[in-house]
Amino acid sequence: MNPHVILRVVAKMLIPLIALFAFYVQFHGDFGPGGGFQAGVIFASSIILYALIFGMAAAKKAMPPSWVRIGMSLGVLLYGGTGVATWLLGGNFLDYTRFAPESTHAAGQHWGIFSVELGVLCTVACAMLAIFYAFGSRVQDLSDEDW
Amino acid sequence: MTLEIIQLVVSGAFLISGVFFVLAGAVGVLRLPDFYTRMHAAGMTDTLGAEFIIFGLMVQAGFTQTSLKLFLIAFLLFLTSPTASHAVADAAHHAGLKPLLGKFRAPNPAEVKANKVEKH
Repeated sequence: MNPHVILRVVAKMLIPLIALFAFYVQFHGDFGPGGGFQAGVIFASSIILYALIFGMAAAKKAMPPSWVRIGMSLGVLLYGGTGVATWLLGGNFLDYTRFAPESTHAAGQHWGIFSVELGVLCTVACAMLAIFYAFGSRVQDLSDEDW
Repeated sequence: MTLEIIQLVVSGAFLISGVFFVLAGAVGVLRLPDFYTRMHAAGMTDTLGAEFIIFGLMVQAGFTQTSLKLFLIAFLLFLTSPTASHAVADAAHHAGLKPLLGKFRAPNPAEVKANKVEKH
């Protein structure tokens, strides 16, 4: 029997919950503690937990390093692109009110911050994973007999 | 009125028993002789103590969103803290740390492994 069977069963239950909690922190950031950075770290930690328990190869299959590289730059593009979009709408860089200038309850601010935070989530999660993959890939996986 | 008194008494009972388990765990970590017994005391603190305290707070919060969030925290603790204790104790057992024993001698992990190899 696999020596890590308890850890694997519990991790299987927890990993989806951790990823879901990351999105809760992301989308609840307007009303409570949270935001893109924290959500990104939590999401990355769910995949790091997967890598620690099921091995690096399985994690790289679930979240390929090529996706991680694309995700890192995609987040920055989303953040910068929001700023450029407000330029094109005739305002300053990241002048969110331009998205809905007629709104009386700051809907433009809401959408602007939403897309910027989404960019932060994407970049932070992928950067954390990139760092983990870079360090984790330097040594061979320890087999169970070694320790 | 009576409902509030019941709520107060039940949550107080939960909180006091939670504090009892946390204190017992703290005394155990300080006073027990070796790693495994201390691990046992610390695991008790995390699971039963924290769980009872959270249930006491849930009773105090009533049927609200706060109560639901507390329930989720309790569920997470219920899953993770025994698993963490298991992982630490299992790692120590694999590393060959022998428990401190009285009359009964548990098999040494290294010898068990050697016996298995011989049998095959």
